[in-house]
Amino acid sequence: MTTPVDGSKVPVQDTVEDPAQEAALPADLQDERLIASHGVSGAIAAFTARLRSGDLGSVPVVVGLVIIWAVFQIANSNFLSSRNLVNLTLQTTSVGVIALGIVLVLLLGEIDLSVGSVSGLSAAIFGVTFVNKGWPLAVSILASVAVGLVIGLFYGALYNRFGVPSFVITLAGLLGFLGLQLWVLGKEGSLNLPFDSAIVKFATQSFLSPAVAYGLVVVTVALYIASRLRARGQRLAAGLSAAPNSIIGLKAVALALVLAVPVAVLNGDRGVSSMFVLLLAMVVATDFAIRKTRWGRSVMAVGGNVEAARRAGINVRMIYLSVFAACSTFAAVGGLLAASRLVAVNQSSGGNDTNLNAIAAAVIGGTSLFGGRGSAYSALLGALVIMSISNGLALLSLDSSVRFMVTAAVLLIAVTIDSLSRRSRQAHGRA
Amino acid sequence: MTVTPTSPPLTGTVLALRGVSKRFGAVQALKNIDLDVRAGEVLALVGDNGAGKSTLVKTIAGVYTADDGTMVFDGREVRVASPAEAQQLGIATVFQDLALCDNLDVVANLYLGRELRRGRVLDEVEMERSSWELLRQLSAKIPSVRIPVASLSGGQRQTVAIARSLLGQPKVVMLDEPTAALGVAQTAEVLNLVERLRERGLAVILISHNMADVMAVADRVAVLRLGRNNGVFMVSETKTQDIIAAITGATDNAVSERAARRTREEGSAS
Repeated sequence: MTTPVDGSKVPVQDTVEDPAQEAALPADLQDERLIASHGVSGAIAAFTARLRSGDLGSVPVVVGLVIIWAVFQIANSNFLSSRNLVNLTLQTTSVGVIALGIVLVLLLGEIDLSVGSVSGLSAAIFGVTFVNKGWPLAVSILASVAVGLVIGLFYGALYNRFGVPSFVITLAGLLGFLGLQLWVLGKEGSLNLPFDSAIVKFATQSFLSPAVAYGLVVVTVALYIASRLRARGQRLAAGLSAAPNSIIGLKAVALALVLAVPVAVLNGDRGVSSMFVLLLAMVVATDFAIRKTRWGRSVMAVGGNVEAARRAGINVRMIYLSVFAACSTFAAVGGLLAASRLVAVNQSSGGNDTNLNAIAAAVIGGTSLFGGRGSAYSALLGALVIMSISNGLALLSLDSSVRFMVTAAVLLIAVTIDSLSRRSRQAHGRA
Repeated sequence: MTVTPTSPPLTGTVLALRGVSKRFGAVQALKNIDLDVRAGEVLALVGDNGAGKSTLVKTIAGVYTADDGTMVFDGREVRVASPAEAQQLGIATVFQDLALCDNLDVVANLYLGRELRRGRVLDEVEMERSSWELLRQLSAKIPSVRIPVASLSGGQRQTVAIARSLLGQPKVVMLDEPTAALGVAQTAEVLNLVERLRERGLAVILISHNMADVMAVADRVAVLRLGRNNGVFMVSETKTQDIIAAITGATDNAVSERAARRTREEGSAS
């Protein structure tokens, strides 16, 4: 065998030469071209290789968050105080919930520019029906969330029926539903929610007791370990490779730390906000829906290649319809939570930068604008980044001019990382 | 590359077309096409550009409906109104553009649209296990089924697309130009795969422009010319020359003229 004359690269191989050893390998590790990785060091090596190829996942946003927190902590030692971090969780929730919907539409390679207006409209409908009309709380909540759902179905139907780009449909929605919000609010344009209503209490004063918070951490870690071990058992039974117990153990310890340390810090002040726990639950549920259900697999497929998805028999229209509906519904829920936390509904509910914060959060969190790539966790992480900037600058008494510019810079960096990593993935065959 | 074609086992016809016609406006794309496909046989469908190959394939696959004629599948006369119906009957088609989702891994692509589930949750383990089983049966050279399809070579992507068509337990597999745009080694890989489909007792319809591939792997060659049947040849008893003559419609065509001229020149040179 001579060296290739055409200069083509011979792939670096870590070959398994011994056929006896090959027979003993699990079904998914028998190919000799696979680079073998064993144990903890192998897992770390595989992780770094993945990063180098441009499959960054949520690493950039976590690094960014650490840098932002470090900078603000140096500038103002109150930034990482328990009190301020509790405020941060409260501020993050509504943006995070709205961004969750944006993540879904971005996975399809579409966009919803109207989430701010929809959240404002939902808040307005809630305020008017609950305060002015005196509807029962549950009915008002249901009505305002249902409005979000109907708007999303309307977008989906328009998209499916006429093929109008979602960019334009939702741009019209941005204007139209802002107008509807102002019309619903009427002349005075501002409503205060009663302080003693359950939803306001939930958004402003409801915190988990330390015992419950730590209990949740323990239950979550236990469920994680159980599901990993179960998956491991199933994979081994099916003759496939499985992560060794040491890796599962390490990951469980890491998860426990990631959950317990913030709980400990937050318990230094009021504690873990119930509203923030609601956001976390929604993120986990959405992540599950994306990764583990047929619907989520279909969403990823449509985002990757619509034509392939259609030919595979996926009901593409239903996917578009459901995703637009879910996005607007999340926006409506986010609007409700924002209004409840501010104890008021007015003409600027859902206005200002709500829209762009939510979209920026999803993108900063690592969900690709190009479709088919992203995770529900990017909504949470991105919202934390955005609200950390806003919170930190407010702490430094810098006004919104600086905040807008800093947020813009972070967004630009995030989108650039997305584009660069996409190019790198293509070069490394991971696009 | 000389592969002696095994004579097709005469286990009966799976798919038979009789008098199939298709018009597009004023154009008669297919006229009175008869075609028989047997189980355990590779039938190559050849013809010049515009001969009606693609139209015929799409008619069988349910993308188009024939204006005239009958289609008998597995002994029953059937009408195929949509690609989904064709798939349900057991006619799988791998179109030229493969239609894979680059962002999803091999398992996800194989089971796209028919994911296995435990309750409401995807059964990744079972899907991965049976993916390996299927790929091993096809002796497919895919290093890992957990890598995105984007990182596979052209031949591997073709393999994934063909493997996916087999998951529906089809009786007939139609491959549209499976070796177009593939390198030498990858072409051989795909041709091996076609032979393995035949060994599994499937009826394979292979559309190709490449006569070398056709002669290497097909048992019979059906020639279309200007939307009509222009002969069916047993590969073992036919020369490439005759098939090309049937494709171009005459013995005194540009291709055979060139060949004849070269033979003459070589003869005079020696």
